[in-house]
Amino acid sequence: MEGTAVQRRLIWRFGEVVAARAETARAKSLTLTVPEWPGHRAGQHVDVRLTADDGYQAERSYSIASPPEDSPKVTITVERLDDGEVSPYLVDEVRIGDRLELRGPIGGYFVWEAQMGGPLLLVGGGSGIVPLMAMIRHRKAAGSAVPTRLLYSSRSSAEVIYRDELENAARLDGGLKLIYTFTRVQPPGWTGYGRRIDVGLLGEVAWLAGDHPRAYICGPTPFVETAAAALVSLGYPDAYVKTERFGPTGGG
Amino acid sequence: MSSISRGFRGRREESGVAGRLPPGQYLERGFPVLSAGPTPHTPLDRWDFSIMGSVTQPKRWTWEEFRALPHEPVKADIHCVTKWSKLDTHWDGVSLDTLLAQVESEADYVIAFCDGGYTTNLPRDEVTGGKAWIADAYEGEPIAPEHGGPARLLVPHLYFWKSAKWVRGLRMSDEDEPGFWESLGYHNLGDPWKEQRYSGD
Amino acid sequence: MERKLDGNAAGGILHAVFPFDMTVTRATCAGCGAIGAVGALAAYIHGMGTVVRCPRCDTAMIRLAYVKGRYWLDMRGARVLQIEGEQ
Repeated sequence: MEGTAVQRRLIWRFGEVVAARAETARAKSLTLTVPEWPGHRAGQHVDVRLTADDGYQAERSYSIASPPEDSPKVTITVERLDDGEVSPYLVDEVRIGDRLELRGPIGGYFVWEAQMGGPLLLVGGGSGIVPLMAMIRHRKAAGSAVPTRLLYSSRSSAEVIYRDELENAARLDGGLKLIYTFTRVQPPGWTGYGRRIDVGLLGEVAWLAGDHPRAYICGPTPFVETAAAALVSLGYPDAYVKTERFGPTGGG
Repeated sequence: MSSISRGFRGRREESGVAGRLPPGQYLERGFPVLSAGPTPHTPLDRWDFSIMGSVTQPKRWTWEEFRALPHEPVKADIHCVTKWSKLDTHWDGVSLDTLLAQVESEADYVIAFCDGGYTTNLPRDEVTGGKAWIADAYEGEPIAPEHGGPARLLVPHLYFWKSAKWVRGLRMSDEDEPGFWESLGYHNLGDPWKEQRYSGD
Repeated sequence: MERKLDGNAAGGILHAVFPFDMTVTRATCAGCGAIGAVGALAAYIHGMGTVVRCPRCDTAMIRLAYVKGRYWLDMRGARVLQIEGEQ
């Protein structure tokens, strides 16, 4: 889908939850149908607003996990933060049939469309995988062969979101390479990376700057800043390193 | 069509503090950080506090000089315009009465200015008579940078955006000058007991 | 730590004010002259409002609050905007 830019002011509207899927112990995907959804592009997000019965409101932003090809269905993946105000409600309380107020799609800056080409470097930390997953799903749905490397930093294998889908996709598609780094607990017999990302790790994984790659980095703020600085030091031009910081702890 | 999110309550908890919470506020046990910019980190050997503007003679204190001024403990309830209130907070600081006694000024208004460019405006009689301090300790410890350290203005009888973080001085002014939030739709004074959140309230 | 986000986090409220995507709009900082997409600026968003700053000199380029049904917008920190034309 071409994904034309939305040329009117965004308003709040309601989507209905039609599916819910536990991705990990803490992460859940909610699929909504949104009437008159204009379509979106991979990488964009929605703002979600909750209203308590006394009028108290809380708003948070969530990246869209589903590719544009799934429109008008929109899937968000939410990771429950222990002291979060909104995420525990979305993960533990929301049921199929509930309505959620949302505004979107938002942000044409952090998007990738197949026609933009590559090679593509996706760097995700924790729940930062969500908008990158929309890009990977879009790449597949569009039949794109753009060479893609995903560096996914997670505390452990159990916390990897979309694990089966990613590993199947990487196994079946030689153009998609999946590199994990497990920062807290490594699986038995693991010979891959077992540390937080640093310039050395990125230097081994990233496309060479001379390949003119496009890079997208998403996750907690310190993770994003480390990765972005590392890629720039490896010669990536600023304009080709797009970042989406999720804040100090990655959400709420 | 109701826009209420079934079963959503947020973080707020029921409290037994009726009478201490201004209208529309809820009790908060944490201490949320609301920042409109990067946290400044001015080294103490470069920090100073000044009172200038419409004064006969400006006055400046280094950190050592400021620390040597008479300090007093302050126990206060604080109220944020975003609706959280925190009761019985403990600070230590220098009263604005002490500081303003060291300058001569007929000015009616005080504009607090801060590292990072934040400003807030106050009528002079809202910060005198034991109502305002430059605080340098919170709960017995130096104020953490994210909470405005090394020193912040403390004016607890008004919404907490008036208690400017990273304060570096006061400009005495004959004219009122709306500050950072006052110029962007928030109330010029901000009395939580009259629920003066926004311009025109 | 202050909660610094990318300008695209402010994209929702900006797209409620402007009938086009501000995150891809390029803005010139009135403080230092740096030019960049709003999506790549530094955004500070909390219950009182949204402040978007130049990543190079911290000048507040966009200050935005939603008060009683009106958006209060101060963009004195942004000298020039390059807004994409309609396709």
